[in-house]
Amino acid sequence: MPVEPKIPTRLGDGSLVEMTRSEIKTDLEEGTALAAKRAKCDPLTQSELDHLLDIYASAARFTAVDIGDEVILSNDGTGTKYIGSVGTDLQIYEQVVGVDMVELWQIDYSYKAVKTNVAHEAQWMKIAQMLLTNPVQYGAMPDLGRYSQPDGPIPNWSELLPLGKIAEARAAQEQAAEMLVTDIQYVADHMIEAGADGIDFDTTGAAGDCDFQAALIACRKLREKYPHLGIEIGMAGEFVIGMHGQAEFDGKRLAGLWPKQQLELVQKAGASIFGPCVNINTGKSTAWNIARAITMIKPCMEIAEIPIHVNVGMGVGGVPTCVYPPADATSRASKSFVEILRIDGY
Amino acid sequence: MGMEGSHSQAAGMGGLRTAGDLVARMQMTKRMRIKEAKQYVADKLGCGVRDLSDPVAMETIRLEKGIGTLAFTSAVHPGDPGMIEAKFNISKLLDIPINSVERFKERVGL
Repeated sequence: MPVEPKIPTRLGDGSLVEMTRSEIKTDLEEGTALAAKRAKCDPLTQSELDHLLDIYASAARFTAVDIGDEVILSNDGTGTKYIGSVGTDLQIYEQVVGVDMVELWQIDYSYKAVKTNVAHEAQWMKIAQMLLTNPVQYGAMPDLGRYSQPDGPIPNWSELLPLGKIAEARAAQEQAAEMLVTDIQYVADHMIEAGADGIDFDTTGAAGDCDFQAALIACRKLREKYPHLGIEIGMAGEFVIGMHGQAEFDGKRLAGLWPKQQLELVQKAGASIFGPCVNINTGKSTAWNIARAITMIKPCMEIAEIPIHVNVGMGVGGVPTCVYPPADATSRASKSFVEILRIDGY
Repeated sequence: MGMEGSHSQAAGMGGLRTAGDLVARMQMTKRMRIKEAKQYVADKLGCGVRDLSDPVAMETIRLEKGIGTLAFTSAVHPGDPGMIEAKFNISKLLDIPINSVERFKERVGL
């Protein structure tokens, strides 16, 4: 009896393993079934699973979309002092890497932290606008946790909750969210004055429902003030955690929202681009992870009125959690999202 | 940068090497989805949609339209519009406001 050949593939932590085509097929089926049950959406169709199997059951070192099917690469984290200076970093991403828009950012990636250094950051935005032809956006995390003690002035809701002080924990988050909205507007105003093409709210919802709420409120305020500004809201995970539990936007409770419901509110808030995010399970194969991610994000594509740029960085969107994501895994994630979901960018 | 390079080669439009920056601007400014944004830019440039991600076709088109080319190559064009100059032409060509161009005009009294 012939033995089914093994194919080199990756786990979610990036390690190289060997699996048979049948094992990869099983992982794809399990990934989509689990995601559908968890997110209460439909599993992928048989033709979609077959397509993913063709992409993942291959020993090719690299893969790509067909000529003409390319999408926009809105690359967060492309302009800090990793290589020489901020300006050099941005130019390298524009001129050497060939990304479609670049992002100026500060290493302490948080609007609260940037606020104290905003003149310096805005000056770099002005310089960048003279150095580059590509659109340059400014990016940071809403990062609501920074407002809690000991880093910030507000009582720490993560300490209040275990003590059963639910009302106090909720009040603290509401107060922090108000400060965050003010800080985002403050930083955005300075960047726009310096010539920014857009503002990116990256890793939104990392601190839960009030973090997401603050981003939506800030987005709406910016849209009212700047009708042509690029505003990108990228999420921290597939599910909005209910740290508050009752926070709302336009009457909709935010805790427990999945990508499709997140997108509905992001569109209402006036964003230009939405970045859904599905985290990696490091112990499962990249095939299992991509099936899970695509299943959870697919409902977004059915209602999208704005461009969808899926998060496909280290540890999200089928790209392994490791410092140097391998090109075989990264390129398979790109191709899968473009060909199965017809995303607008990533 | 390895991960970004992989994504760029696997499915990215190519940025300034092609028309990726122009399509990105339509997504940011007009909230257009990819198909509509590509068609809009192709119509404005007078080329086919597939040309938008072809660096050979786009080098010629970008030089003709004065909308900027890569500055860090052996085939530089110091006499042609680049960076902020190119963005003036991009704003006009795509019929969209570009923030840095508007600020530039305001501050030099244009």
